[in-house]
Amino acid sequence: MSAHWPHDKPDAGFADAVRAAFPDAALTEHVGELTLHIARDALLDVARRLRDDFAFEQLIDVAGVDFPERPERFEVAYLFLSLTRNLRIRVKLSTDDTAPVASLTGLWPCANWWEREVWDLYGVLFTGHPDLRRILTDYGFTGHPFRKDFPLTGHVELRYSETEKRVVYEPVKLAQDFRSFDFLSPWEGTDYVLPGDEKA
Amino acid sequence: MVDANAELTAALAETPGVDPSKIDNYMINFGPQHPAAHGVLRLVMELDGEVIERCDPHVGLLHRGTEKLCEYKTYLQALPYTDRLDYVSPMCMEHSYVLAIEKLAGIEVPLRAQYIRVMYAEITRILNHIMNVCSHANDVGAMTPLLWLFEEREHLMGFYERVSGARMHAAYFRPGGVHQDLPDGLLEDIAAWCDGYTKVLGETQSLVADNRIFKQRNVDVGTISKADAVAWGFSGPNLRACEVEWDLRRAQPYEVYDRMEFDVVVGHHGDSYDRFMVRMEEMRQSLRIIRQCVKEMPKGRVATIDRKVAPPSRTEMKKSMEALIHHFKLYTEGFHVPAGEAYVATESPKGEFGVYLVSDGTNKPYRCHFRATGFSHLQAMDFLCKGHMLADAPAILGSLDIVFGEVDR
Repeated sequence: MSAHWPHDKPDAGFADAVRAAFPDAALTEHVGELTLHIARDALLDVARRLRDDFAFEQLIDVAGVDFPERPERFEVAYLFLSLTRNLRIRVKLSTDDTAPVASLTGLWPCANWWEREVWDLYGVLFTGHPDLRRILTDYGFTGHPFRKDFPLTGHVELRYSETEKRVVYEPVKLAQDFRSFDFLSPWEGTDYVLPGDEKA
Repeated sequence: MVDANAELTAALAETPGVDPSKIDNYMINFGPQHPAAHGVLRLVMELDGEVIERCDPHVGLLHRGTEKLCEYKTYLQALPYTDRLDYVSPMCMEHSYVLAIEKLAGIEVPLRAQYIRVMYAEITRILNHIMNVCSHANDVGAMTPLLWLFEEREHLMGFYERVSGARMHAAYFRPGGVHQDLPDGLLEDIAAWCDGYTKVLGETQSLVADNRIFKQRNVDVGTISKADAVAWGFSGPNLRACEVEWDLRRAQPYEVYDRMEFDVVVGHHGDSYDRFMVRMEEMRQSLRIIRQCVKEMPKGRVATIDRKVAPPSRTEMKKSMEALIHHFKLYTEGFHVPAGEAYVATESPKGEFGVYLVSDGTNKPYRCHFRATGFSHLQAMDFLCKGHMLADAPAILGSLDIVFGEVDR
């Protein structure tokens, strides 16, 4: 039986063309999807050439991912779609909480909100963005909630105070401790190194 | 209107301390609690008289951190969250999510389950379009379509309930198939409903489509060109209304859409009226697909036989120790998805709804990003509203089909 998910597997010629056009970037393929790993400062050039030379007219999505153990902990993934050639490609770069990434708002107006979202949730800075405000979190929110070190329960909770006649913010008080269920099988999921085993 | 302004200017000229040449634009808050805002949207608008100069949507009032919640749940436990994204088309949200898991883990789905999924995706499309076209018509003053078509919507929710037990948040599509088989008689009832609905849809359309008021409120309102719509990341009916023949069901077919006969509906002007009409016609195309699914529905299993992904039946569990272990492991530990990442987008009723799934090989998603359709559409509000009258804003908003469960995630 053939695959039943969306068929957007690019042909080999396209991958070679991308490889030839961007010799400094690494092109990988996983489950039929192409990912171009680029250096942070090459983004504007790559994005412009993908749009103009490879007909990727649409910037579909910008997503942040947090890998706290890496030296540059954030990964920003840009998803492009070509309507005329029916192709998708993902461009990825890495950054940390101080190194800014060039904004794509000059090339695609829709990059505006997607980049605001990545800034809001991960704290990735974008240079050249006209309006880098928070977008999804509350007015006056502190922190970047989608970072792996931000607790799921958050830091503050709010309620309406009858005495003060307004909404007040207070530190989170949990009636029950936060429960994190780890059902990973200890035989398969984890890799325990017992003392002495490292010699074997 | 002009006289009123002249009178106002004259009156202001006589007021001491006021210089009428220095009247500033003023800001109003549209929402966050406004019946025409389709949810919790706060539009900060700068108005020059009644003309919108700037429109800044403040979203996030319904932000629940779905993507972060998914990271703390197993793949199966995270599934019901997707229902609550676009709560007007729940099963289409599940669809992208389960397809992303299946793509990453290489899970096969039986043919019958694929037909059921396609049929329910199209039922969901009608469910969504009824909600949108009716509330859009209601926003511009036509109340009857809402009353007429919501009765039909109730039947569709009945079909939801009969397969999943829930009227809205179905959690019916599961990795590897669907949760349970169709009950007896359901296919016949769906086919019968399709025949009746064609008539009701025609009657409803005749109420508004050629209505003078409806046209005055929508034709040439919120027009967007083909190039702008592409640049702003439009998809779905909003993109097709600009004469872009792009439909993921046709361009990148998934499940059994490549066996279905349907037309990709396009508009020509990219205005609110065309977006409305594209949705009306898409409902007819959905009916065609539903009828084909009913006719061709194959016999067989509705979920994969891979016990690491789909649970065994209750009867099997009573007899087989192996089945009992599988069931226990599946609902505690869940299944593991191989490390890697995938982006799967389906044609949801609103447009391209994608799931960008990053897996680290464990039983929980490392990152599960939802590409919300309405997020791209809503950020074009400023572009679309500029220079329009205040009263056009609800018409434009209604025609864009925004649902905040999805925009705010």
